[in-house]
Amino acid sequence: MILVVVEHEAGAPDRLSVEALALGRSLAEATGEPLAAVAYGPGSAAIAGALGASGVATLTAIDDPRLAEYAPEALGKAVAQLVERDRPSVVIGTGSERGAEILAHVAARTGLPLAANVTEVRPGDPWGVTRQRWGGSLLEEARLDGPIRLLTVAPHAVKPASAAAPSQVAVEAFAPDLTDRDLRVRITSRVPAEAGVVSLADARVVVGGGRGVGSTEGFAELDELALLLGGTVGVSRVVTSAGWRPHAQQVGQTGTRIAPDLYIACGISGAIQHMVGARSAKAILAINTDRDAPMVTRATYAVIGDLHTILPAIITAVRAAR
Amino acid sequence: MNILVCVKRVPATAGKITLTADDRAIDTRYLGFTVSPHEECAVEEAVRIVEAWGGGTTTVLTLGPEEATDQLREAMAVGIDKAILLGTDGGEWGAVATATAITDAIRTREAADGPFDLILLGNEAADTGDYQVGVRIAVALDRPIVTGVKGLEVGEGTVTARREAPGGGWELYEIPRPAVVTVKEGINLPRYPSVPGRLRARKKEIERVALDPAAAAPSMIRLRVPVEKESAVEILGEGPEAAPRVVEVFRRLGLIA
Amino acid sequence: MSTQPADARVVVIGAGIVGNSLVYHLAKLGWKHIVQVEKGPLPNPGGSTGHASNFIFLTDHSREMTNLTLDSVDQYKELGVFTQSGGIEVARTHERMEELKRRMASSRSWGIDAELITPEQVKAMVPYIDTDIILGGFSTPGIGVVDSLRAGTIMRERAQELDALTISPMTEVTGIDVEDGHVTRVRTDKGDFDADIVLIAAGVWSPRIAAMAGAEVPLTPAVHQMISVGPVPLFEDTVGEITYPIVRDMDTNMYERQHGGDLEVGSYAHRAILMDADEIPSIAESKLSPTELPFTQEDFDLQMEQGLELVPDILGDERVGIRHAINGLLSLTPDGMPILGETPEVHGLWVAAAVWIKEAPGIAKMVAEWMTTGQPEIDPHGSDIARFHAHQTAREHVKARSAEGFNKTYGIVHPAEQWESNRDVRLSPFNHRERELGAMFFETAGWERPFWYASNESLLEEYGDRVMPRTAEWESRWWSPIINAEHLAMRDRVGMVDLSAFVIFDITGPGALAAVQAIAVAQMDVPVGRVVYTPLLNEAGGIKSDLTIMRLGRDQFRVVTGGAHGMGDKKWFRDHLPADGSAQLSDLTSMFTTVGIWGPRARDVVASATSGDVSNEGFPFGTARSIELGGIPVLASRISYVGELGWELYVPMEQGARLWDTLWEAGQPHGIVPFGIGVYGTTGRLEKGYRAHGAELDLEFDLVEADMLRPKVKEADFIGRAAYLEQRSRPPVATLSTLTVDDNTSASGVERYMLGREPILTLDGGPITDAKGRRSFVTSAGSGPSVGKHILLSYLPPEYAVVGTKLLVEYFGERYPVTVDVVGSTPLFDPDNSRVRS
Repeated sequence: MILVVVEHEAGAPDRLSVEALALGRSLAEATGEPLAAVAYGPGSAAIAGALGASGVATLTAIDDPRLAEYAPEALGKAVAQLVERDRPSVVIGTGSERGAEILAHVAARTGLPLAANVTEVRPGDPWGVTRQRWGGSLLEEARLDGPIRLLTVAPHAVKPASAAAPSQVAVEAFAPDLTDRDLRVRITSRVPAEAGVVSLADARVVVGGGRGVGSTEGFAELDELALLLGGTVGVSRVVTSAGWRPHAQQVGQTGTRIAPDLYIACGISGAIQHMVGARSAKAILAINTDRDAPMVTRATYAVIGDLHTILPAIITAVRAAR
Repeated sequence: MNILVCVKRVPATAGKITLTADDRAIDTRYLGFTVSPHEECAVEEAVRIVEAWGGGTTTVLTLGPEEATDQLREAMAVGIDKAILLGTDGGEWGAVATATAITDAIRTREAADGPFDLILLGNEAADTGDYQVGVRIAVALDRPIVTGVKGLEVGEGTVTARREAPGGGWELYEIPRPAVVTVKEGINLPRYPSVPGRLRARKKEIERVALDPAAAAPSMIRLRVPVEKESAVEILGEGPEAAPRVVEVFRRLGLIA
Repeated sequence: MSTQPADARVVVIGAGIVGNSLVYHLAKLGWKHIVQVEKGPLPNPGGSTGHASNFIFLTDHSREMTNLTLDSVDQYKELGVFTQSGGIEVARTHERMEELKRRMASSRSWGIDAELITPEQVKAMVPYIDTDIILGGFSTPGIGVVDSLRAGTIMRERAQELDALTISPMTEVTGIDVEDGHVTRVRTDKGDFDADIVLIAAGVWSPRIAAMAGAEVPLTPAVHQMISVGPVPLFEDTVGEITYPIVRDMDTNMYERQHGGDLEVGSYAHRAILMDADEIPSIAESKLSPTELPFTQEDFDLQMEQGLELVPDILGDERVGIRHAINGLLSLTPDGMPILGETPEVHGLWVAAAVWIKEAPGIAKMVAEWMTTGQPEIDPHGSDIARFHAHQTAREHVKARSAEGFNKTYGIVHPAEQWESNRDVRLSPFNHRERELGAMFFETAGWERPFWYASNESLLEEYGDRVMPRTAEWESRWWSPIINAEHLAMRDRVGMVDLSAFVIFDITGPGALAAVQAIAVAQMDVPVGRVVYTPLLNEAGGIKSDLTIMRLGRDQFRVVTGGAHGMGDKKWFRDHLPADGSAQLSDLTSMFTTVGIWGPRARDVVASATSGDVSNEGFPFGTARSIELGGIPVLASRISYVGELGWELYVPMEQGARLWDTLWEAGQPHGIVPFGIGVYGTTGRLEKGYRAHGAELDLEFDLVEADMLRPKVKEADFIGRAAYLEQRSRPPVATLSTLTVDDNTSASGVERYMLGREPILTLDGGPITDAKGRRSFVTSAGSGPSVGKHILLSYLPPEYAVVGTKLLVEYFGERYPVTVDVVGSTPLFDPDNSRVRS
């Protein structure tokens, strides 16, 4: 059995889970084993229909009212119990924060190795994986040992793919053996997102600023262009280290990974730690004095020159175009 | 308040990564070494918590070669009190082996000096990105853990941690102490070391525990630098004169009508 | 993007401060078609300019470097990138305080406004300093900081405005083509550039690029550590980059300077960390830039403690963080001087490297003048790339001397201080004999030369106080009264001296006479067997060199010159030989060794070992011929640099020991003494007023001023003839004079003896400046045992160049009375030159 830990929203697996399922199905086909999914949280059983497209044979819905709110430790224990029961050959989690966390708990409880952010799996003896290091700036080829192979899938490394014919998904409820102590780590309260703020991760346009912006005040033009285009501002690590902008706006390996339609990178040289956060942008427009900066050479479009003279001209031109 | 911070010595990469001839390590001839930004923040957080509590002891621990004492001293230069090196021969250690060795060291230390109220790690190591060492330690010690934390309050008997919720906003976890927390950059803005701090750090003792290299159990076979897609960049122009062409691009991408 | 011209007159490689200054000056001097190639991006390509601390201290003990610095400051000011801050060198030790007095004297000699100040005065200017650990300071108000990147941009832009420059950044040089010894093409990853002149201004990468053409640039990249701490509360309210004077903590080899809200602390004190040019990372591989390497904390620990001692208010503040720390790369050379000029290996291939921010625009102007007209205003001989002997470009030598020199950056360096590393490279055939005699060896051009002999200690008793004993430590260093005793014995009896360091080369062929005529000022169309002492001039009439030439045959001239400047002389001859190949140069330096024998009994000694006629009539002064001496043929040349009867004796290297032993044995009945270069280079020559190249003679003075005129100017044309005629037509604005010290006693009752470069002052303590703006200073100083005086040479303007004029000389902060004894070249000792011609 190939078991995929699925996260879902609005009655369907989320994007990263669909990618994980795609990897799971390719392994199921390669090994001839059935593809199974496990889901948690309210409405888990209801996603069964949506899993048929991914070729899932069975869905196990973790059924415990105490898990209505996210509780990583307990979920890890629950999945570990399921794994112990079913002994799948592979357990796949998503590369999301939660996916990584639950698989880590499963690994810790079962004592099995775990390969995080895998881009490719090669069944064999032993099994081999390719996984990301340095946020994806480097790839590692590694052995994945153990009778049960645990892994998470690097975001956007596997293309979602539909099964040739949608499968019938059998649904099973699974009641884990949990004590109250297992629930000591769970969300106890929430702070909602500020209304009207475009989230960096979901923004369609990100106007990025780096060292070249020069100061806190230097961001006025970036803010203005972001507002004009309905986007938001992102920054490089230099900027947050200097205290010019809050860390929440940082794009990169230790900040947010963005995936906008257009990333307008102003005065950002393009260190690898930044580029890994911007690699999912569909297009990049670099504005830089240095024609040969890594950001420029990897961009789709570039304007060479001082961002503080170019941005006002662009803002004026956009206004005029409306 | 007794806090342990775990850090990892990694190359300070920025430009192109090049590998050693055997493809098993990064070529560090021109690189300095540092710890992950997450871990810098973990160190800062530990120092701040003890400052806020008006007392306590902070200890930094790393698993690595003798040279990793540089990183321990960097941590001590910004206010960490004690340091422990779990000494390796420089070879890579797998995540399971790393967690086991650190857990053993924590048990030994706690048996002698009493428990750590809080164990801090970075959310993931900058280099290997295994996303599991903190959880393995917590589970082994049977302590609660919150990962990916960007806000931390230590209360009497509890720890309140906040992390970013999927889709925006924050989720808060209140957990009992002693606890393990992995933090992310952004939780604070780490201070720079002062000159007196550096000089104090230089004179401090480092406790060394030698590890058996046979326990390292690395799973890595080889490394590979991914092939960069050479994008054929379209230069729209130089200086403000390029603005009309930029607007054209915006229009083509459907960003403006 | 503009297209690059495939053909360029000159390709400048590098766009750091040196390359940028050079393209500007070349354009300003009228050159067009300049292509500047730079591997990195602009304006900061990632070389040493990008991380320089950018401050400029004015005073150096070297006049050449000081003048270049002053010119650079003027240029930076004109570019609008200079911010004056003042600067203070502080002393923690008494020895350093004395050194600051010496720097004060150099400042006066070179015309720089400066003063010695008390710790309280330092504190008033730099409030964050701890006065408890300093004894005083040397303050120079004219010191400041520059924006070297901005300066470079402006200079490139000016060259572009002159329509002279095409810039090609992100262009890596992959090869330099050479055909028939001349550079023809620069190959790059963006295409090739044909060029007949290529200038390498590539800083730490220069050796790598020069090697592509087969030329050597003996520099080594080395690490300079720097940290930047902040925010400094004291600097919160200051405006701009710098408000407080820059402090150099000389005894710890450190500096502390404000940079906006931060304090930069730099060090030259840690162990010298040297690299190879090939070890420098590429731009892509670098974290910051190729020349900003990861900081190595352990090398800086001691510096932090020492910095903490001097500026505890800032560095001891727990709120002030170390925000930036680098190991910055800079270029070091084996003798600490820049590397400038056309390479001896490849025509048309020029280098300007190992240059600091403080002197770069001045050096660029000098090199540009040199390239365009051949006549730089400031004499570059100390920096000339042609100065290196072969062994001095060897990797091991470059590394050893650069490492040794690194810690001298702020050191107290005695003018005669000897190198410790890489000695015993060139040994004369008499070396073992000299060791037996207890020689104290000084090194010149790799040669180990006895400066004096311990075996002559017995002479001290013989001459008593006439040896002018010294009690002050400074001028007793690298000196012995034995030198003066050897001098007196040589004048009284006879002495022999090892002259192996001579550079010797022959000019031969049918065009030889015409060739030497065209180079030498003196008449060279002389009978075979004549020895001619002659200056060499450049086109502007500046003194390029002085040396002797023997006519050994109709078509054979043997040039003999000093080891220190000989390689430059050799290049000068080679560059000016006729294009038709009718004259050739062959270097015989390693073939011949030389012993000098001089003194009243020199003839007796030589006569006793030869059957040849060495009488005054049979072998007159100014002639040379082969004689058999002790059974071996010897080329004997009757001239003298010490003003005594005698000969320079040349033999093949392997027969040198035989010659030495022959003279030694033949000399015993006549009381022969071995004497060292201390006599030959200092006491003997100064008593005779003989001028030395690099001290009295350089491009900034002419033969009229040096009083080296010949009665007639030869008809044949020679380099500098027109200028020379013009110089002769007008009175000099300064004349080289011989002065003696009237009273050597210091305020504390110690006899003090100047060593050179001290300022000459009027009786009321004012500086003396000639009509060309040149200060009067001591060009050479030394004992005159035979005249019983301490002798000083100095150029003086006409109003002071009068025999009997009373003046002052400043030495370690005190002033001593001196008298002008001779104006011009008349010797103080034996003014009629009867001894040398006897």
